[in-house]
Amino acid sequence: MLFGAAAVSAGALLSACTSNQRGDAPAGATQQQAGGVDDRPGKKITIGFAGPQADHGWLNAINQNARNRAKRYRDVTLDITEGSNDTAQQIGQIETLINKRVDVLVVLPADGKALTQVGLKAMRAGIPVVNLDRVFASPQAYRCWIGGDNYGMGLNAGRYIGEQLKDKPDAKVVELAGIDTLELTRERTRGFDDALKNYPTIRKVGRQAAEFTVESGQAKMAGLLQAHPSFDALWNHDDDQGVGAERAIEQAGRDGFLMVGGAGSRRVMETIKAGNSVLKATVLYPPTMAASAVDLARALAQGRGLSGTAELEIPASVTLYSAVVTKDNVDDYLTTGFN
Amino acid sequence: MPRRPVPAGAGRAPAHAPAPETPGPLPSRTPGVRDRLRARTDIRNLSLLGVLAALVAVGALTRPEQFLSVQNLQLVLTQASVIGVVTVGVTFVIIGGGIDLSVGAMVALATVWATTVATQEYGLGGILLCALLVGLGCGLVNGLLVAFGGMVPFIATLAMLAAARGLALQISQGGTQIVSVPSVLDLGRRDAYVLGIPPIVLVFAAVTVTGWLLLNRTTFGRRTVAVGGNPEAARLAGIDVRRQRLLLYLLSGLCCGIAAFLLIVLTGSGQNTNGNLYELDAIAAAIIGGTLLSGGRGTVTGSVLGVLVFTTITNLFALNNLETAVQQIAKGAIIVIAVLVQKGHTS
Repeated sequence: MLFGAAAVSAGALLSACTSNQRGDAPAGATQQQAGGVDDRPGKKITIGFAGPQADHGWLNAINQNARNRAKRYRDVTLDITEGSNDTAQQIGQIETLINKRVDVLVVLPADGKALTQVGLKAMRAGIPVVNLDRVFASPQAYRCWIGGDNYGMGLNAGRYIGEQLKDKPDAKVVELAGIDTLELTRERTRGFDDALKNYPTIRKVGRQAAEFTVESGQAKMAGLLQAHPSFDALWNHDDDQGVGAERAIEQAGRDGFLMVGGAGSRRVMETIKAGNSVLKATVLYPPTMAASAVDLARALAQGRGLSGTAELEIPASVTLYSAVVTKDNVDDYLTTGFN
Repeated sequence: MPRRPVPAGAGRAPAHAPAPETPGPLPSRTPGVRDRLRARTDIRNLSLLGVLAALVAVGALTRPEQFLSVQNLQLVLTQASVIGVVTVGVTFVIIGGGIDLSVGAMVALATVWATTVATQEYGLGGILLCALLVGLGCGLVNGLLVAFGGMVPFIATLAMLAAARGLALQISQGGTQIVSVPSVLDLGRRDAYVLGIPPIVLVFAAVTVTGWLLLNRTTFGRRTVAVGGNPEAARLAGIDVRRQRLLLYLLSGLCCGIAAFLLIVLTGSGQNTNGNLYELDAIAAAIIGGTLLSGGRGTVTGSVLGVLVFTTITNLFALNNLETAVQQIAKGAIIVIAVLVQKGHTS
């Protein structure tokens, strides 16, 4: 039942994106018809999609977004491989897609560095690669990169918290980070710390790394709450582990601080909208990037450009914006929330 | 500790003992050897208690107000409960000469299955029953594969690890199943505490006591030790080795089912990533608690102390805001020290 609802809302989210990216394009864009991604059918193409193993809400949303986006285009066939967290296995899957001679590849690598070689192989075989999110080690391994902004997530979370607390003398902030062995976690923390530097009255007093899971979120948050009898704001890197963190907060009977989440799950957005908990905002890391990656791949394979810009070619890199979702703007973003 | 035959009331041991009380005494039953073994076990536990005391001292010195507070004690015990219940089950399997690598996966599958929407419609009872049945079901498969399929426990439970995680992933579709049953969620709240003890901790205590009784006071316990120590001798002594092994994996599965329910209460959700690396944590706790990896020896008390050591370390790290890397190094060092200290006492 739940899954049905998820699929329906993912569909809604896609149509929402379309209007943003196409319908709202400035009038000037229509002049250069040489490029311009549009819905008009082009030559039939096959996009190979090597996604991650969907053992996490966000990753699952990535695969769903890619699937649903491809369904919209009558000229696109999506050849999707079963995701894997195992590097060797994913390399094998991508090589299979290369051997099948797909027209273009979209790859979200389990490990960007480890999969660089297979990206190079595809490019050498004349198959343009759209590198999704986790970046390959060499720019030669992809034609276009699209992904989220981890540093920007931290920065915007820090700015938001800073603005909320700037008038409070001696304000204390704690951070519940993600998996510390991942580069993206360190980037998020670096951005957060950089933003807080602008607010001299605010001090980060605690930081613990969880593992992006509900269970670790509960355990680590319980520890943070015990270690810090009072603080004014909490930034949690990930809404999935946030389920556990919120539970720990509730179990400890604590409030009197504001909590900012990360990634943008539907549940968190609904909580923000309801406005009856410590959760006041979340910083986006939109899974819609997978749908956009399919758009870019289609444009590459059909030789189209990107509408809304003066460029004839698809850009080499697209970094998404980590918007802060609060009660004021949550309705605009609710459709992008993932389960 | 006097050794008694199975008390009539202590029928917690699945009491199908059609094979009458084994006629001859079990191997290595000479009182002298047993007593020395027991004394040695007590020293092991004492040294582990020493490690725990040292950790508590560090906590009391570094964060005096927070570490020794009632709240923190409740927290440490709560965090120890889920993995603690799993460890009790694993301890039996290891003493019986086996290994169970699938405990984390069984916990994950049980939480996911028990929290899918349809189950929640049946409330607390539905969730609890489902978690226990999933655990027992997986344990049954493990037990049949090992005891009657003749598979090496390592391989059989490794296969279960993969299969159960896969199934959990498939059922959950990678998402988190949020629990909306008030009677489940309330169990984790402060006002549900009994005399200041969280219900989750009470369950852990009950499992520990039951485990201790089962191992030390029942035929089932003696058979477990015998089967793990020398299966051939146990067979000759009239023990149905295969049935005993099957029961041990069932017990481990049941413990995973209980742990899964506690985790649902604790996190208010089911997720396929639950129980990550429980197999290693549980085995490590049992080993530093003095359980012999080759079987035939071990105590429930030691395992539970092992779990408490790990949980206290984690708590200390959080209170002192240590980085992840430092935490892991320290955890490794403490495992080595704990085992070396025990060796110093026993050899």
